[in-house]
Amino acid sequence: MPTQPKYKNSAAFYDVDGTLIKINIVHAFAFYASRHASLATSARNTIKTALSIPVFWAADKLSRKWFNEIFYRSYEGASEDRLVVLAEELFEDVILPNIYPRAKDLIEESRRAGVRQVLVSGALDFTMRPLARYLGVDEVDLIANQLEFVDCYATGKLKKPFVAGATKAEIMRAYAKQHAIDLAESWAYTDSFSDYPMLAVVGHPTACNPDLRLRSLARSYDWPVLDLDEAPDRSVARRPQGLAPVRRIRGRPAQPE
Amino acid sequence: MRAIRPKIRSHTREHIVTIDTDSAPRIMFYGENLLIEDLPVGTRVIYPKRPMTPIANPRAAIRYALNHPEDAEPLHAMLSPGMKVTIAVDDISMPLPIMRTPDVRQLVLEIVCEMLADHGVDDVHIVIALGLHRRMHDWEIKRMVGQKVWDEYWPDRLYNHDGCDPEGMIDLGKTAHGELVEMNRRVAESDLTIYVNLNFVPMNGGNKSMAVGLCGYESLKAHHTPHGIVQSNSFMDPPKSYLSHSFKRQGDLIENTLKVFHIETVLNNRAFDGPLSFLTKNEDDFTEADRLKFQAMKWTLDKLPFAARREIFMRTPAAYEMIGCYAGACDPTHDRTVAKQNEQNCVEVDGPADILLFGVPYISPYNVNSKALNPLLVQVMALGYFYHMYRHQPILRDGGVLILTHPCSDKFDPVHHPSYIEFFNRVLTETTDSYTIEQKYQDELAYNPSYIEMYRRGNAYHGAHPCFMWYWGQRGREKTSRVIVVGADNATVPAIMGWETAGSVAEAIAMARGTMGRSAQITMLHHPPYMISDVM
Repeated sequence: MPTQPKYKNSAAFYDVDGTLIKINIVHAFAFYASRHASLATSARNTIKTALSIPVFWAADKLSRKWFNEIFYRSYEGASEDRLVVLAEELFEDVILPNIYPRAKDLIEESRRAGVRQVLVSGALDFTMRPLARYLGVDEVDLIANQLEFVDCYATGKLKKPFVAGATKAEIMRAYAKQHAIDLAESWAYTDSFSDYPMLAVVGHPTACNPDLRLRSLARSYDWPVLDLDEAPDRSVARRPQGLAPVRRIRGRPAQPE
Repeated sequence: MRAIRPKIRSHTREHIVTIDTDSAPRIMFYGENLLIEDLPVGTRVIYPKRPMTPIANPRAAIRYALNHPEDAEPLHAMLSPGMKVTIAVDDISMPLPIMRTPDVRQLVLEIVCEMLADHGVDDVHIVIALGLHRRMHDWEIKRMVGQKVWDEYWPDRLYNHDGCDPEGMIDLGKTAHGELVEMNRRVAESDLTIYVNLNFVPMNGGNKSMAVGLCGYESLKAHHTPHGIVQSNSFMDPPKSYLSHSFKRQGDLIENTLKVFHIETVLNNRAFDGPLSFLTKNEDDFTEADRLKFQAMKWTLDKLPFAARREIFMRTPAAYEMIGCYAGACDPTHDRTVAKQNEQNCVEVDGPADILLFGVPYISPYNVNSKALNPLLVQVMALGYFYHMYRHQPILRDGGVLILTHPCSDKFDPVHHPSYIEFFNRVLTETTDSYTIEQKYQDELAYNPSYIEMYRRGNAYHGAHPCFMWYWGQRGREKTSRVIVVGADNATVPAIMGWETAGSVAEAIAMARGTMGRSAQITMLHHPPYMISDVM
């Protein structure tokens, strides 16, 4: 089979939480909270995290910037070594089982077309590194938030610029300039309306497992909507009335290995 | 095996009706609804032939074809224990509407699979030969192949072809004309491929089965070009079709490289029966019951929302029946298939029309079980398929006016047709010139990783498919002077496609007469079911 003509100077920018994986940064924090040397501390941290969820949710609805400030304050006092070491465990136990089934395929298709793969995530960089390795994305192509550390202990603040909202678009522009990427010939994938700026700066925006607002926006702007979750769900939804359900499909591969 | 011929009717030209002062109004499809229109006196209305009498025992006919093939050994003589066999089967794009179960493909598959098992052939895969069409949903495959085959083969040995799988495709070489031939790897590595075809139009089947059904984008773009379409006069007349010639070159290369046994089936044209049988009748012959049925249906459709109307039509399968089954080598088998098909579908017509009028129904080969017939598919039905439904000379003379009825709503199915949305709203608004689109946009859409992902693992048509659909109408666009759409619910969609709009058929005819003159010959094609006009 002939190799496809490769895109030159093109990149695919992926939001991660909700786009490539089913979980978000709160799950990661909850993981850290529950992994403490003392059982009592683990339990206390877990309860505290659970109680904070409504606050996080409200802050996220109001402003991603507020959310980041409130949320990352929870990391204050955590040691850098512990966070980095537990990141591998976080990936194995939490992130890996929650990667969307078709996420890796999408990245493979894009890479095969010669497109540079870039992760643009609001999560913390050390939690994203194992995922980037798994997806075959170079470390230089991982753009994520960085915690500020003083004497190897987190201050609870993020280094600027925050990777969120409109800043994502700014960061992508800077990245494109630095690596001679043509944004008009680039792709962006996200699940959330809050990442609208990220989609707006590329020539090929794609809504990926979108929330309702983004789905509606994608319809209005004629952007493709990609579902990286299991395909059989959609098949079931589209089954005409009166046809017996297909019970053997779930959990089995759609194509032979 | 031959079908039993229908009784010879005394009225041999019953498929042509000329409208008189006392003629009944005619029913026309209008997307997911119907129109009833009074046509000007002198209008020629062409009806399909009556359905041919089906073969009484289709399973026996299939077995007979397998044991008495054209220019090949019987299938059982080709089989030996331990061999690797792949069965390729046509996808759901035909017939239209989908047929009642059991689908003829199910009948053929059950017999072939049984024969393979009897001969100790265990390494058998069934591949849905969809080319660059969308992957069939699991429930669609189950409905098509039947419970028995489904239980035995799904999902490990029954699956959709994937023309973009770099590991799953190989090159067989190039034709003398430089056309690349790609092939599904499993098929290429099999000792024998059995192709199960359901033939619905003459352009399908034969060499197209393997060359298109199991190919990838690189080999498809060799013939799916604006040039190829314009050179096809028409593509429903294989000897005069550039496409067919290209399929033949690619097909010859395949047949010389691989061992292929073709099985082709032909259906009659019983698209509607029972309470809907009035849709295929001459309106002058309507009984009171037919009139009541039509009025009831029209009243109901007018009251229902779009989605409900669509569901009603989509969930009403056609009563097609098998009238022929042939097997063996590619060309001789397909010759017999086409001959039988033409016997059913070709109607003699005296001379071309100046103004051609038809309704565009709710369905096309590319929107089965989709949420809408999108504007691009309306275009392909009008200027692609219906315009090309002729042999000898065009049913619409060059420079004539084409009138169609359809709402042309700005509705797309984002799951099945994601790249159509970009094509229609971005590409067509920049240029409608097929040659420019081919050069500038086709590869961009084809290699878009999002669209490739949607084609390979979702249920989307290939990224370049909308380009091919636009080329499909190229000859029609070049040969007609005006295209007028009646009843469009918006002005934008027709304008993007370069069409004019009219509020009624009468208004459209008046507009067309402005170009073609008061004495212009008006012809209406009364379909579905479709017919091919043998224009003398």
